Amino acid sequence: MTTNLFPILRDKFGDQLHAAFTHLGDQVIVVDKRILHSLCRFLRSESKPKFELLVDLTCVDYLDRQPRFEMVYLLHAMKTGDRLRIKAPVDFRDPQVTTVSDLWKIADWYEREVWDMFGVRFKGHNDLRRLLMYDEFRGHPLRKDYPLEKRQPLVTTQTTNNAQISPSTETANRALEEHVSSANGLKVKHMFLNMGPSHPAMHGVVKIVLELDGEKVVGSDLEIGYLHRAFEKHSENIAYNGVFPYTDRLNYVSPLINNVGYALTVEKLLDLEVPERTKFIRMIMSEISRISDHLTCIGALAMELGAMTPFLYFMQARESMYQLIEEVTGARVTISYVRVGGVKADFPRGFEGRVREQLKKVRHELKQVHKLLTRNRIFVDRVQNVGAISKKDALSFSFTGPMLRACGVAYDIRKVFPYSNYDQVEFEVPVGKNGDVFDRYLVRMEEIEQSCRIIEQAFEKLPAGAVMVDFQGKEIPADKMADIGKFGQTAGLLPQVAVTDPTLLGGSFPEHKHVRSASKLVSLPAKEKTYGSIEGLMNHFMMIMEGYGIRPPRGETYFSVEGANGELGFYVVSDGSDRPFRVRCRPPCFAFVAGFSEMIRGAQVADIVPTFGSINMIAGELDR
Amino acid sequence: MEAIGIVLIKLAFVLVFVLSFGGILTWVERKQSAIMQDRIGANRASILGLRVIGLFHPLADAIKMFLKESFRPANAEKFIFTLAPAISVFFALVGFAVIPFGDKLVLGDTVVNLQLAPLNVGILYLFAVAGMAVYGVVLGAWASRNNYALLGGLRAAAQMISYEIALGVTIFGSIMVYQTVDLQEIVRWQGAYFWGWLPAWGVILQPLGFLLFLTVGIAETKRVPFDPPEGESEIIGYFLEYSGMGFGMYFLTDFIETVMIAAITVTLFFGGWQVPYLAPDGFHFPWGSELLCAQWVVALLQVLGFTLKIMFFLWLQMAIRWTLPRFRYDQVMRLGWKYILPISLANIVLTGAAILLIK
Repeated sequence: MTTNLFPILRDKFGDQLHAAFTHLGDQVIVVDKRILHSLCRFLRSESKPKFELLVDLTCVDYLDRQPRFEMVYLLHAMKTGDRLRIKAPVDFRDPQVTTVSDLWKIADWYEREVWDMFGVRFKGHNDLRRLLMYDEFRGHPLRKDYPLEKRQPLVTTQTTNNAQISPSTETANRALEEHVSSANGLKVKHMFLNMGPSHPAMHGVVKIVLELDGEKVVGSDLEIGYLHRAFEKHSENIAYNGVFPYTDRLNYVSPLINNVGYALTVEKLLDLEVPERTKFIRMIMSEISRISDHLTCIGALAMELGAMTPFLYFMQARESMYQLIEEVTGARVTISYVRVGGVKADFPRGFEGRVREQLKKVRHELKQVHKLLTRNRIFVDRVQNVGAISKKDALSFSFTGPMLRACGVAYDIRKVFPYSNYDQVEFEVPVGKNGDVFDRYLVRMEEIEQSCRIIEQAFEKLPAGAVMVDFQGKEIPADKMADIGKFGQTAGLLPQVAVTDPTLLGGSFPEHKHVRSASKLVSLPAKEKTYGSIEGLMNHFMMIMEGYGIRPPRGETYFSVEGANGELGFYVVSDGSDRPFRVRCRPPCFAFVAGFSEMIRGAQVADIVPTFGSINMIAGELDR
Repeated sequence: MEAIGIVLIKLAFVLVFVLSFGGILTWVERKQSAIMQDRIGANRASILGLRVIGLFHPLADAIKMFLKESFRPANAEKFIFTLAPAISVFFALVGFAVIPFGDKLVLGDTVVNLQLAPLNVGILYLFAVAGMAVYGVVLGAWASRNNYALLGGLRAAAQMISYEIALGVTIFGSIMVYQTVDLQEIVRWQGAYFWGWLPAWGVILQPLGFLLFLTVGIAETKRVPFDPPEGESEIIGYFLEYSGMGFGMYFLTDFIETVMIAAITVTLFFGGWQVPYLAPDGFHFPWGSELLCAQWVVALLQVLGFTLKIMFFLWLQMAIRWTLPRFRYDQVMRLGWKYILPISLANIVLTGAAILLIK
């Protein structure tokens, strides 16, 4: 499957290819920053295989190292499934590299983000404005020397300098100039309209500056970052397990997949295997999340087209999914369920039956919505050939997930790089043809059905094993045990079973050893061990105390899972301490929003709404 | 000429009838959509703990609308901005003057015509009034000085004027059949029976005309699926800058227009106040039996029948509104000009040919 590119690249680039090696299974090359552009052009269009997808582009700030910055490019070849990570050191005194935005359209936004966050300039980039931060912001927040607790006023009285004109001003100026209309040769002035951030279809978090000729969209510019919460900065300052609550808030419609993605990345760093049962649990929970995400997306799409009824039908189905999630994790949205090396708790008793029951409900609602929408003339007219994007552009914008599949590319991380146990279940990857809103809708509808299939198969294969520990002693609640333990009355505690109740409906049996890795490096010992034996207490202490938690070895890795929206990747750099040195999240909908202007050019104002609904922008992961 | 007192009583009746229908419609909309969507719907408003399945909600709405601040943007045209909602609601209301609610009520010596204004050009008057309604919308949108409202106003103007034409053409067929434009006469015409048992309602003579008229009528009310002028998730609509009672009036206009469309549909195609087999002196069933009753009972039954028919069409419009998504602006125009108008014209030709053949 993987091609060894190293010899070809060595031949071609010689000395300027500093190193080429395989690290934790990833192919990595370190190159001189001067050859970045020619290397990328070679890999993009000449090499075999061709790397069509610029999966990610980011930067790492090694404050004490010379050179200080390191640009990281992650390329993917669609044909062979090869992945190549290019690293290029960049010196602090001349933080500048050549842009690759002429090779991949998505690089435009990726580079803007790197400029915004790290202050690395891109030569040849013609629109290097801030992306996530606001124009008046000073400094580059992801640099290691940017103080964590520094506060800046949101708006300053000082005017912005010319290099950083806000998008609104630019489009507004363009719109207010007189144009000669191409249609009838009349002089026209375009109308300029701020759609968002407070607009019902923009979900309150995105602003589109529109240039309109009547109802026709002539140009547009997107402003994002309204929900920027410095996820990546926070992650650098908290222990590995502490990142989970932040990942909940990335894609808040399917938080379980984010949890799983981050956990798998750290586990890859640690070279850690989780128990079989955990793999299936993670799969089942991911698919339940995916169903709820797709339901929300399609429901909202229909609602914004004026069809309230399908929306509410889907909300009902989503509610049943949320109830399942609540039962297992104890929460509906901010679940923080997954741990490095396992999950928080096992399924409650009788969960499988309830899932099967709820899946029936989901399928029923699917059927109803199919009846209401799929052959509804008005709905089809509103979405067919609307917001379409060609396969080539979609790849250039590194679309993934349902958006790319709607263009006819069967690219699904669950098939290309099967993680957990996705290779043990059967499912199909639905693809569309035209890449328009209608195809995206159909792809998502079919994916719901496929997710149901995966869940059902996973339950059949779920290793039952000795889930319940056959134990003679009496059970006592964990807090009581802690009280006893604190007074040193440890005699007889070890054979006790602590009843923890992490979920709402009985996760209260001592079975976490079946869902956690046995590795003492990552898993907290069982409560009865902590309070009953010195080894357990020491292990607990080492895990909890500052500076002693999970400490993956030095290194970095990229791992991606199939999020509901597409490829959700995490790039984690470890310096051997108990805190990640850098956590980069590759949000799937970032690419869609970057390509949005292209999708709506020439469309009508009314088309913006279904198109925006179909890209399923989730501000939590977009702005991080 | 009727006495001024009687006219005033009739006026009060019609106003109360229409406005309470408009108010109750807001409740119907909530409840019916709730039933369709497996929800409970509005049920919180209570007076002394009495909730009556949410029936107090229209009242609570009205109070809320009146008490809210009527905000006017700084740049808005003050006079027109204030006037526009009133224009809108006025033209929606005055249309009811020519709708016949019943035949005649004989009270001793006085004979009361159960129609507010017995106009011999009833249909033309209705069109004139409906044509004026667009002013309220466009002026309000323009005076707001808001780009979204302006877009809404433009869409509304284009849509309403286009459908105005289709609205007129769809009814020509009916007028050709009835040979009159007086609404009371039209309803009386429909009191006849085919083969002695089938009521000669317009829908039987003009089935195509009925379907077209209903479609165009819904388009005139600017409600889903014909609501690009509002497009609440796209451009928010022409009433974007209105709040308080200004918004309330636009809101009410929509509902009154819904009642209006139901009333015209019933009048033209479903026999108006005609109750099958009810003659001025009581029921005469086709199988020979009779049930005679007093004149006032007959009048009451007629008004009741008319109301029930209207309710049916309100229900139908609500069901459509909560089932379908919204058209796009250009699709509405295409539907209007390329499909409905030519089919309506064909309907006229067909009707003419049929009349010729029969004579």
